[in-house]
Amino acid sequence: MRRILAVPVLLSVACGGGGESGGESSGGGGGEAAVAALGTASIMGVVNFSGMAPANPAIDMAEEAECAAKYADGPTDPVVVVADGKLANVFVRITSGLPAGPYPMPSSPSVIDQDGCLYTPRVVGVMVGQDLEIQNSDPLLHNIKAVPTANRGFNISQPRVMSSTRSFNTAEVMVPLECSVHGWMQAYVGVVEHPYFAVSGADGAFTISGLPAGTYTLEAWHETLGTQTMDVTVEDGGSASAEFSFGS
Amino acid sequence: MTNHGRLQVAACRLSAASTILLAFVAGLPGVLRAQDLENGKALYDKWCAGCHGMTGQGDGPAADYMLPRPRDFTFAIYQIRTTSNGELPTDDDLRYIVDNGMPGSTMPGWKDKLGPGDRDDVVAYIKSFSRFFEDGQPEPVAVARAPRVTDEGLAEGRRLFEEEVECIKCHGAEGRGDGGSAPELTDDDGFPIRAANLTENWTFNGGGSVEDILMRIRVGVDGTPMPSNGDAIDAGIITEEQLWRVAQYVRSLSPDAPPRRQDVVRAAFVEGDLPNGPEDPAWNDVEALYIPMVGQILEAPRWFAPAVDGLWVRALHNGEGMALQFSWDDASASPDEAWDPFFDGVVTSMVAPDAPHLEAQGPDHLAVQFPLTPPEGTVLPYFLAGDARNPVYQIRWRSNPDMAEEGTATGLGTFASGTGSDLTHGAAFANGRWQVQFTRSLTASDPGVAASFTPGESMPMAFYVADGTNAEDDVRGAVSAWYAVYLDVPLPPRVFIAPVVATLLTAGLGLVVVIQAQRRST
Repeated sequence: MRRILAVPVLLSVACGGGGESGGESSGGGGGEAAVAALGTASIMGVVNFSGMAPANPAIDMAEEAECAAKYADGPTDPVVVVADGKLANVFVRITSGLPAGPYPMPSSPSVIDQDGCLYTPRVVGVMVGQDLEIQNSDPLLHNIKAVPTANRGFNISQPRVMSSTRSFNTAEVMVPLECSVHGWMQAYVGVVEHPYFAVSGADGAFTISGLPAGTYTLEAWHETLGTQTMDVTVEDGGSASAEFSFGS
Repeated sequence: MTNHGRLQVAACRLSAASTILLAFVAGLPGVLRAQDLENGKALYDKWCAGCHGMTGQGDGPAADYMLPRPRDFTFAIYQIRTTSNGELPTDDDLRYIVDNGMPGSTMPGWKDKLGPGDRDDVVAYIKSFSRFFEDGQPEPVAVARAPRVTDEGLAEGRRLFEEEVECIKCHGAEGRGDGGSAPELTDDDGFPIRAANLTENWTFNGGGSVEDILMRIRVGVDGTPMPSNGDAIDAGIITEEQLWRVAQYVRSLSPDAPPRRQDVVRAAFVEGDLPNGPEDPAWNDVEALYIPMVGQILEAPRWFAPAVDGLWVRALHNGEGMALQFSWDDASASPDEAWDPFFDGVVTSMVAPDAPHLEAQGPDHLAVQFPLTPPEGTVLPYFLAGDARNPVYQIRWRSNPDMAEEGTATGLGTFASGTGSDLTHGAAFANGRWQVQFTRSLTASDPGVAASFTPGESMPMAFYVADGTNAEDDVRGAVSAWYAVYLDVPLPPRVFIAPVVATLLTAGLGLVVVIQAQRRST
């Protein structure tokens, strides 16, 4: 008989919208054998941005008055989001140094919302097999279209407020999400074979926890500013810092 | 057990056995005949690789001249499926496309060219280009039975099309692919793609029946912007019955049957005034001839991906003058800024054969041509703007600035404008459709510039259409073969009066006979 382990997984992900952390979770959903957290170390990092942030392009949202009304100063495409020298929407993951899997699955889905005809957050991460919940908070038609290369894609019509769930079975960084109805809408999903990933919040901060002691390579990805890597060493129960710096 | 009972059991066993046997025999060819990858490869290399490429990446030598481009088999993303969105197609789905082609593209059907076993082998080989098929294939989606088509159902379908499922956003108010989001649509590879023109169901990829349409709406058209509505059904946003209503409404946007092939458009005789513009309701009662249009691929600069696939032609005359009305589907009145993304996509994704692409959208074009002088015997001018010995008379229209002119030509690119008649024109664009009318006297004022038309005679007629948004101009566009217009002979009044006179005479004589007979008998 398969044993179901209920084990706390210490994984917090700073989301694009505001750097709030994901909740602590207990594994073992759906009858799957859960995997214990591999360790107690964490990486607490920040993504800096130096120089003048490029202006984000304006969006002509005239065709969707309900969405356009949400933007007092007119809607712009948040390609590069910088506040006080900190860069949001950077996808950070561990690319080497981890012990062999299996890895603990985050118990709650990653969530992406369509709100005001933009994706919130713009960048999310999911573990292979983890649910990605796609919400439509707009009272109008969006289609959410994933265009992966290693995974099967999808293209879902969401004619009004509703929610859909999908998952990916192969690691792929990044899977673009698009809306054909609103050509300006763009989001990215990082699909990783383990749960050690995070997205920098509005304060540039990100946290990756539940790691065993070791030395890891971190890769930081931004949609237009490219990728950077760095090595970080963490001790059991400890927390190491990591600082990335992008610039224009 | 009674004899009767035994008999029943025996009969039952026999029937079960024969069912199994039948099933076995029916399945036998499939069982015995393993799909032959080697044969599939040989056929693929010969017939398919020119477009789809030797390695199945959709990059054959012809690919750069096509839009939509040939499928890249390595991703195993297929538009026409009966399986859920994002899933692999079934073998039957693949075989359907190999058999029937993709009418909205350059992909032909192979039903008449390759045997059924060969087509199975090609399907097997195509699957071998992608690792995704190694995991097995899914089952088709089960769909609820269709409700009966009713007027209320169609009205509901229209409401859903416009307001709930919002098909209108890409496909447009009347379904001609001219919705607000249409100009920026791209396929998964970033190439421009058109929202289907829903008024021509004979061009639908995957078939034009209500059932075909329902399936496309239900599971989506993968690789394109067309999404699946499966999640909306699961979420209770719309019901399966409502989806059927949408499919029935979409089907109703096309004629019951595809247009019949005909060679002659009849210009009926009307008393008095001809219609005073392309939108004059008088045209509604006039029979239209459908002219299929194909790319001008014979003379440089050639064009392999024309936007306009057909043209409807109507004609009337009143003994003095003649009016021709043309109607064709074009998602934009070019040039239209909103369609710049589509234009840019066309010029960047396709190789311009023979000459550089246009730098910006030009106007839309229409031309109709006739032999300058009635042909002797069966000799017609060359269908592409005539030839040196057989000049043509052309009436040409462009959308911006809106103008029509007439003149002669002795080959492509030799048009000489002139004045040979009292030609006037009108043009109107609405909901993804152009309507243009040419009106002129039957008799040319200058026979060196314009042809004359005679009631009771037919005149050869050929067409040219171009869509500026599709990077087309007055030689890169769609052409037709020769057709003809026949001007009805007005019937002389005696045709109508004679029967009445005859009837009256007969009745009168009969009355006389009866009266005389009655007199005699009294």
